Amino acid sequence: MITNEVVDLSRMQFAITAMYHFLFVPLTLGLSFILAIMESLYVMTNKQIYKDMTRFWGKLFGINFAMGVTTGLTMEFQFGTNWSYYSHYVGDIFGVPLAIEGMMAFFLESTFVGLFFFGWDRMTKLQHLSTTWLLALGTNLSALWILIANAWMQNPVGAEFNYDTMRMELTSFSEIFFNPVAQVKFVHTVAAGYVTGSMFVLGISAFYLLKNQDVAFARRSFRIASGFGLASVLSVILLGDESGYTVGEVQRAKLAAIEAEWETQEAPASFTLIGFPNEETRTTDYAIKIPYALGLIATRSIDEKIDGLDIIRERKRHRIENGMIAYENLQILREDKTNDVAKAIFEKYKVDLGHGLLLKKYTENVVDATPAQIESAIKDSIPKVAPMFWTFRGMVFCGVMMLFIFAASFYFNMKRDAQNQRWLLKMAFWGIPLPWIACELGWVVAEYGRQPWTIANILPTHLSTSSLSSGQLYGSIAGFVIMYTILLIIELFLMVKYIRLGASSLHTGNYHFEKHGENHV
Amino acid sequence: MFDYESLRIIWWGILIFLICGFAVMDGFDFGIAMLLPFLGKTDDERRVILNTVGPTWEGNQTWLVTLGGITFGAWSIVYAVLFSGVYAGLLLLLFALFLRPVGFDYRSKLANRAWRSFWDWGLFVGGTVPAVVLSLAAGNLMVGLPFQLDADMRSTYSGGLFDLFQLFPILCVLVGVTLCVMHGAVYLHWKTESFIAERAQNVIRWSSVLFVVLFLLAGIWVAFGLDGYKITSAIDTTITANPLHKTVAKSTGLWLANYGTYPSLLLAPIVTVISALSAPFFTAKHHSATAFVLSSLAMMGAIVTAGGSMFPFILPSTLSVTSSLTIWDASASHYTLKMLLAATVVFMPIVILYTSWVYRIMRGKVTVEQVQVNEHTMY
Repeated sequence: MITNEVVDLSRMQFAITAMYHFLFVPLTLGLSFILAIMESLYVMTNKQIYKDMTRFWGKLFGINFAMGVTTGLTMEFQFGTNWSYYSHYVGDIFGVPLAIEGMMAFFLESTFVGLFFFGWDRMTKLQHLSTTWLLALGTNLSALWILIANAWMQNPVGAEFNYDTMRMELTSFSEIFFNPVAQVKFVHTVAAGYVTGSMFVLGISAFYLLKNQDVAFARRSFRIASGFGLASVLSVILLGDESGYTVGEVQRAKLAAIEAEWETQEAPASFTLIGFPNEETRTTDYAIKIPYALGLIATRSIDEKIDGLDIIRERKRHRIENGMIAYENLQILREDKTNDVAKAIFEKYKVDLGHGLLLKKYTENVVDATPAQIESAIKDSIPKVAPMFWTFRGMVFCGVMMLFIFAASFYFNMKRDAQNQRWLLKMAFWGIPLPWIACELGWVVAEYGRQPWTIANILPTHLSTSSLSSGQLYGSIAGFVIMYTILLIIELFLMVKYIRLGASSLHTGNYHFEKHGENHV
Repeated sequence: MFDYESLRIIWWGILIFLICGFAVMDGFDFGIAMLLPFLGKTDDERRVILNTVGPTWEGNQTWLVTLGGITFGAWSIVYAVLFSGVYAGLLLLLFALFLRPVGFDYRSKLANRAWRSFWDWGLFVGGTVPAVVLSLAAGNLMVGLPFQLDADMRSTYSGGLFDLFQLFPILCVLVGVTLCVMHGAVYLHWKTESFIAERAQNVIRWSSVLFVVLFLLAGIWVAFGLDGYKITSAIDTTITANPLHKTVAKSTGLWLANYGTYPSLLLAPIVTVISALSAPFFTAKHHSATAFVLSSLAMMGAIVTAGGSMFPFILPSTLSVTSSLTIWDASASHYTLKMLLAATVVFMPIVILYTSWVYRIMRGKVTVEQVQVNEHTMY
């Protein structure tokens, strides 16, 4: 019997390992592209300084990349170790993008990353440049496939339940590939990665400018980061916004929770800028609202309604009741496959089977659920408003801050005056953590907001885990936390060391610490 | 042409192919990591050893990651049952593998001796533990694992980490580790010169003989001491995948039954033994590439021997033989197998192509002079 404790611990472990992994992924995504841009400039202009830039930022890329690989390995195996029922139930679909990711993307990035570092003297300039671009392509393709897989969890299309194998099976590959949620997610996530890479380069370059260390080197890096960063932060905000949340029921419930839409408003709905969501009274205290804004942002129209939590809740009740019918007939069918009546009823109601399974948390039999248990299941089926409301606003706040930093950097850069704006340089430096905070919060919005499902409307989280004991999970969580934290400290130590050294770490004899006669590693 | 039955057989073949790819490519990386603290007497020598695999180990390890992804997609229930069952073992594998990316990348970034020695041993663990755990897993697959499936296809597993350490699987660990050591030494001999190459040659000499002895011992054990499995019900090879629809018998020697049905399968163990025994002669004559092909053949032969003996079983159950997973009832749906086959046929040749290109670019021996000159760019 799987206890709630096992489910909660499994979720906790997944969240910890995924969030650790996501400390390294966005930087890899963004920095690989920036490296490719820098090296392209080197090949076009033939100026040594661009090669030095590629190699120095490449060193930092390498330190980060190692941790991305380390923590990424866990993700590939954790579905099997900790979410084995999930793996069986949807592996037929979910496993497909993961398998393709391995063959199409992981091989590409990990084969060419070695060549990027070791191949400088063994290849022509163009060959090495292609290597760097292939590395960047590999990391981005990997994001594409993992987000196709993730989008299918949010909006499961192109699949059908098979009662003989007791699992979901793929019916249309093109539907999962062209899943509208996947497209929005891909653009939003990779652009967030580009923002992270840009902020990293911008902030560290600002640090050099403030310290007057290798100014020519820092100024060029700053320029590339401000341009690439501005374009990326605009894409994150304009292309990856809430428009992705109108597709699919779980996505709509997420949107309602993010916006604390307790009740459905007349179109176009107003946008709650800030306030204090109150789960008891189902209202938002001290709300400051902007008329029409939400309707315009989310539906890109003035007459489309956005579902409030009231409508969603009623819809859930209906679907849970249908789900009970589906479950009842599934049991009959499994005893006797020739029962055509049960088959017909099951076919009619099977889209709601997942909602029936929500009741498994309260009664093993599902069909004998009491009204009170149904009420609890309905309550479970709506994400909690306050955490969604706040994490989303935190993420947007970070985004707006970065928009300002990149816009100002870009503007002063155009005026060739960025290095004299000390306030801006300081802001860019202290702003380095912003993209990481935004990325982690974004992960919470997307994945916590999907609860109580692992696969939206199909498989509840509490049925998805492996049959493990709490003891095994305490052990593994402790192991991951200790191991990851030690490695993270080592990583940060090396990162800071190499950032301080700057371009001098290349030992070309042309940079700050070398000219001043100091001898470093 | 791509009916369900053929696809299941093709996908069993792809599984074996990926395991072979992983063992050949990552096998020498593991072997070299095991030899690193012993064959490298000075820091420069250790750096030479590290740099023989430095530019390519990451791509090699991707075979393991892809193997995981493919198992998830094409053999979902195998992925689910196996990984959750051997939970502690899998975590041990993961934690050891964690040390590799950081070990390779961070080790030479500081000149401190204690730091470098720490990472050398970290890399040693990162190469040894995975080879041990994976060979142990292979042994336990042949023995069968204590799991059972209920009607919802939920798997429960009764056993812990230490139950995996039975005598036959331990013998498999010795076979696997010796083979990785030999394979690693052959590659090292190819990529280095003077002292390190001579030391590698010594390792090849004893490890090839030891491997063959252990491998034959394991074969005798399978014939006379180990229970094999056989499907006893009539099986419809095209039916939807539900393991509980069959009956299974278990008795000693059944794992050799396939050699009677398909005598050509005997080629696998024969090739393994001959290749392993002849590898040292070719390294002694400095036909390094030939020796590497031979030790790779030994690797692949050993895997085909084990996998072929078990066919059509992938994961037998000791607890409820009916729950055993075979290629006929543990596969993905017909449509998914087709889609994944298309992806594999397109991408794997491309992968092999660019991997070969990278090895071509990085060809040649790694020398002490090289690592000294490139103190800040090489590992």
